[in-house]
Amino acid sequence: MALPASNFKNMFLALFAVTFVASAILGVVNEATKSAIIKADIEQQNSAIATILPPFSYLGSAYKVLPSGEQDSLQFFPAYGKDSMRIGTAVKSYSRKGFSGLITVMVGLSSNGNISGFKILDHKETPGLGSRMALWFSDKSKPKQSVLGINPEISNFAVVKDGGSIDAITAATISSRAFLESVKRAHKAWKNDTSNQKTSTAVKTELSIKGGTQ
Amino acid sequence: MNRMQTFLNGLMKENPIFVIMLGMCPTLGVSSNAINGIGMGLATTFVLVMSNLIVSLVAGYIPDKVRIPSYVVIIATFVTVVQLTMQAWLPSLYASLGLFIPLIVVNCIVLGRAEAFACKNGAVLSILDGLGMGFGFTFALTLLGSIRELLGTGKVFDLVIYPEQYGSLLFVLAPGAFIVLGYLIAIINRIKKT
Repeated sequence: MALPASNFKNMFLALFAVTFVASAILGVVNEATKSAIIKADIEQQNSAIATILPPFSYLGSAYKVLPSGEQDSLQFFPAYGKDSMRIGTAVKSYSRKGFSGLITVMVGLSSNGNISGFKILDHKETPGLGSRMALWFSDKSKPKQSVLGINPEISNFAVVKDGGSIDAITAATISSRAFLESVKRAHKAWKNDTSNQKTSTAVKTELSIKGGTQ
Repeated sequence: MNRMQTFLNGLMKENPIFVIMLGMCPTLGVSSNAINGIGMGLATTFVLVMSNLIVSLVAGYIPDKVRIPSYVVIIATFVTVVQLTMQAWLPSLYASLGLFIPLIVVNCIVLGRAEAFACKNGAVLSILDGLGMGFGFTFALTLLGSIRELLGTGKVFDLVIYPEQYGSLLFVLAPGAFIVLGYLIAIINRIKKT
């Protein structure tokens, strides 16, 4: 088959046609998938939150908190029980100190600040090493590595190498450190978020009233 | 070349990984376990078939000097459409394969076959070439992935064969990929000679 001659006019027309059609197709597909992608992302986010918090009735509207001295704000997802009492908060935290850069973690904190669960949302850590974060730190059969139920405020919330009590992933200390940093960051922002403390006090009051009448 | 020959070509005789040696980067990067190997291989096969088809249909209208940029745009557009569609309507599939999709655009096999075959052959033969090369790629990736997973973590397809602590970290990382690939190429060359 004889191709069109490679003169300026033909080359210009061919390239123009290819890129025009390509852009048109991409534009159409982008528009068509926009809302579905947003929906799918929200659904994935909500189901992630559901797995890491204590059982809740509904999620409140998300809000952002900018921790003092930091440049990036964290997203807070408050969760409420049947009596509109705040039973937990999912915090979308991060650490830039991963072995291969940014790690994004959704940290579930119950109303007393304990870690109720977590989910690694995004990372580029080495497969077989840092990538084991998700299972390693949630392994309930290994209390020396699991962070579930622990309050990050405790003084030895660090890897053993840094004087802490938590076993890092074998041969992946840097990833482990970064993970713990992201959890600590979430907890610190949570602690300093005033809307949390009000509800915690409210919970305490409710409980003491309940306790009295029973 | 008749149709059967075209298809079988990509499986062994001109296997993209072991013989033509195209697409080495995603091969070494994504073949750390068997499941990743199959996933990447099948996703690439799909893109290969469709890009071969489209290129074979439009190649006759594109002047020789601008064929490479045109093919690249066509391939990249198609891959992006696949990615957006998966993200929107197949979210669970996207969660497992999503990060491989952008890697396919830079997989030399796709542009290589567009340039070497699809622009010079008809639609049916181009589809068969895409299928053959794609399956050959999938076979190579799965084989490489299984060996690396077995030696590195003691598992194959997530089935535990031996305890993980006896696995060799080397094979999980890139140098191990090079070593296993080298041996595989040597073995296959030996088999082909007999």
